[in-house]
Amino acid sequence: MPELVTTTKVNTLPKTNDFVIKFANVNGSGSASSNNMFAKAIFRMGIPVSPHNIFPSNIQGLPTWYEVRVSDNNYLGRREGVDLMVAMNEQTIESDINSVVSGGFALYDSSKPLSDKLIRSDIHYLPIPLKDICLAEFEKPSQRQLFKNIVYVGALAALINIDFKVLTDMVSDQFRGKEKLILPNIHALELGHQYASENFKCPLPLELEKRNLTLDKILMDGNTAIGLGCVYGGATVASWYPLTPSTSVVDAFDKYCKRLRRDPGSGKNKFSVVQAEDELAAIGMAIGAGWNGARAFTASSGPGVSLMQEFLGLAYFSEVPVVLFNIQRVGPSTGMPTRTQQGDLLTCAYASHGDTKQILLFPSTPKECFEFAADSFDIADRLQTPVIVLSDLELGMNEQICDHLDWDDQRRYDRGKVLNEEQLSEIENYGRYQDVDGDGIPYRTYPGTHANKGSYFTRGSSHDVNAAYTENGDTYAEIMDRISLKFKTALDYIPKPEISSSSTHKRGLIYLGTTTSAIQETLDKLQKKGISLDTMRLKAFPFHDCVREFINDHELVYVIEQNRDAQLKSLLKIECNANEEQMLSILSYNGVLITAQQIEHTILDSLSPSERTEEESA
Amino acid sequence: MSYIRKPKFQHPDLQTNDLGFTRRDYEGTLTTLCGGCGHDSISAAIIQAAAEMSLEPHRVAKISGIGCSSKIPSYFLSKSHGFNSVHGRMPSVATGANLANKNLHYVGISGDGDSASIGLGQFCHIVRRRINMLYIVANNGTYGLTKGQLSATADLGSKTKAGDESLYDNIDMATLAIELGASFVARSFSGDKQQLIPLIQAGLTHKGFAFIDVVSPCVTFNNTDFSTHGYKNTWENYVSLGQIDFVPMQKEITTSYAAGKDKEITLHDGSVIHLHKAGKNYDPSNKENAIHHINTHKKNGEIATGLLYINQSTSDFHELQDTVDKSFNELSFHDLCPGNESLQDINHTFK
Repeated sequence: MPELVTTTKVNTLPKTNDFVIKFANVNGSGSASSNNMFAKAIFRMGIPVSPHNIFPSNIQGLPTWYEVRVSDNNYLGRREGVDLMVAMNEQTIESDINSVVSGGFALYDSSKPLSDKLIRSDIHYLPIPLKDICLAEFEKPSQRQLFKNIVYVGALAALINIDFKVLTDMVSDQFRGKEKLILPNIHALELGHQYASENFKCPLPLELEKRNLTLDKILMDGNTAIGLGCVYGGATVASWYPLTPSTSVVDAFDKYCKRLRRDPGSGKNKFSVVQAEDELAAIGMAIGAGWNGARAFTASSGPGVSLMQEFLGLAYFSEVPVVLFNIQRVGPSTGMPTRTQQGDLLTCAYASHGDTKQILLFPSTPKECFEFAADSFDIADRLQTPVIVLSDLELGMNEQICDHLDWDDQRRYDRGKVLNEEQLSEIENYGRYQDVDGDGIPYRTYPGTHANKGSYFTRGSSHDVNAAYTENGDTYAEIMDRISLKFKTALDYIPKPEISSSSTHKRGLIYLGTTTSAIQETLDKLQKKGISLDTMRLKAFPFHDCVREFINDHELVYVIEQNRDAQLKSLLKIECNANEEQMLSILSYNGVLITAQQIEHTILDSLSPSERTEEESA
Repeated sequence: MSYIRKPKFQHPDLQTNDLGFTRRDYEGTLTTLCGGCGHDSISAAIIQAAAEMSLEPHRVAKISGIGCSSKIPSYFLSKSHGFNSVHGRMPSVATGANLANKNLHYVGISGDGDSASIGLGQFCHIVRRRINMLYIVANNGTYGLTKGQLSATADLGSKTKAGDESLYDNIDMATLAIELGASFVARSFSGDKQQLIPLIQAGLTHKGFAFIDVVSPCVTFNNTDFSTHGYKNTWENYVSLGQIDFVPMQKEITTSYAAGKDKEITLHDGSVIHLHKAGKNYDPSNKENAIHHINTHKKNGEIATGLLYINQSTSDFHELQDTVDKSFNELSFHDLCPGNESLQDINHTFK
């Protein structure tokens, strides 16, 4: 019976529902589904959990990690330091073991002895002969490989006290319809559980305790939520070009459409998904469909969005509704295709040449991904302009706990100002770009509506109020000014920021998107040090007046964002005329989600000792 | 060229068609192209074709890219919606528009720069997708708006007015379209209305992707004796498959053709194309034969024109996508939104 290797008497403080477990695997080895099962089991035990995939741009062979944070406090951001490393990848085992916190644990496959240089005196080792167990128990080579992953999940169940029935129920759910697979999977779980129970003192000081904190919650990734939101938002045309990390948006749309959008009588499709030849064609199709009255979208990421710039300018200037989901990844160029960043703020806010501005929405949870996706079609139709929903890889491709999704059955789509045949008959002089209502939004017509009224020529070249070509500079300027007015009207239709403020606080935080996951933890940490801050989470661009007021109301605001060049801060400077001295950037751009520790450190560093005392007394 | 408004006067004796429209109802704004431009003859042919076949103007959508050719949609069917989009990207916009409403006629107008250079990729893919539309390339072998550079359809050795000689082999849009699966491929000449009008009518009626490559000389930059896209060369080396007539479905009863004098092709709606003379012995349903025919004439410095290829048995894009009969832009909230009850079921799958 192998001893728990404890070469030292490092004291491990017991941690209940508050630790980080990281899995280091080889890409393509089948670890993803077992690791997902591990995280979901914790969720089903009612404990807040947040898994983060850190994966390579590769099909097979390169290292991949899956980091799971467990937190009773509902801290769903990343936390630095690993309490338990499941070290399954020989290529990275040295750095993986080095990343374990002092007093932490390293689980490894002991079918081969661990090299001496990997022995640390300040951590505990959990040797399990995974390969040998699977060789003895399973015949097929593929099973011998795949079930190693299931065996370590079974072992973890004993080690950290996962409810075993939760795991076996999940296996049954997962393989419903493929019953032959259920028993061997459960057997593999039992093998791991048994080995750990017999060889280690279970549970470890890292322990799970059932809670009921996830009762009304769901565990979902942002891209799935967007795909579903597009179904609910009435999208009928999805044209796209495959690009990580946006691909699963269209996959989800397609999947839910096949389930929910087939005509019950004929079985025919009330949707169309077109895989385009490139991103130019993808957005071109969406714009063509939007022009002709269908709700249409495309989903992409940095390189694709760069290609779409010309078309975004056309849709802006000719005023055609279209929705683009940009699931941001690390740029510039190919960058790090499988890592996260908020690096496309500026390129999207002013996408395309000439004077342009685009509507941006910033979801921060899967629930918001669903809601903003559905809303984006109303906003695009109402304002007759592109709407870009800026998510990122972190939100798009990782499962995250959020409130369950709801849809108000009383709600109806806002198709904006579209004239039908009857309305056209009553109008004497229709002009496509006439600002009849004074809100900067003209009236559109769909092709084929009326026999002799309402037709017009859509163009990206300069046009007058009747859509006729013009090179008259004053006429051009009038149209451009009217579009500016439309973007003021836009503020009535796009979500306002979420502000939490108190008149006594001198400092504030501004952030958006996935940075949100680290904010509550940051505030709690600072609160313990006597530092209180106001917060403003931005949900949309252009900015409402309250954004400028929030900055002006504080001596200093920290602008937290995940890019190198402080793009959000630049936008605030340009759009709110905000004072440079009033803003301090907190930046993270290493491709993984920003942590509360990073934010806290920067804020603490920015305070002089006297300021700290002042804050504390305030 | 002119930028004055077109006078609204029309002769009281102008003939009306079955819908009660005159030719004027199918016109567009005054052209701003150069006097004598082949493209204006294409506009005129479309106007006459649509008027004769009593097409409802508002049930047509005209879509183009950028360039001289892409201005053409302004000059015909002003009662139709038009979309002058992005250089080389008309195919994607037309695809999206067609997806949104399958129940309109779509006319895509492009040029050789637009479709054979910057937009060659999109051209290939719209052909593959079999969008139900008429796609016309006004082909002059040159870039007019930027003052006469050679385009990718310029034949090897062809010379522009500036004396630039094409050093590269040309892209033949007709053979390319046939290779890629277009189900109606024709070539014509802007100067041959007799041929072009029935081809446009047949292309508009054909169910599936109909392509017409129209040699349309650029009088300003590419109409020299050494240009293969000029009037002189086109007239001298023009090989037609002979007279072609298009008889719309409802006219069939009143028109009679002597049996055995021509070849008849009946389109899906009952309209008939009559091919006379050389066309009578040509088999336009044979893909390889069509390509061989075009290439053989090309070798002799000739331009093969007429209805080169037709295949009526392929499915169009909507059939492949199995879409509902109602157009997407007419689907109601209740057609589209699955409602909260379904959403609550979906929530359970994420528990």
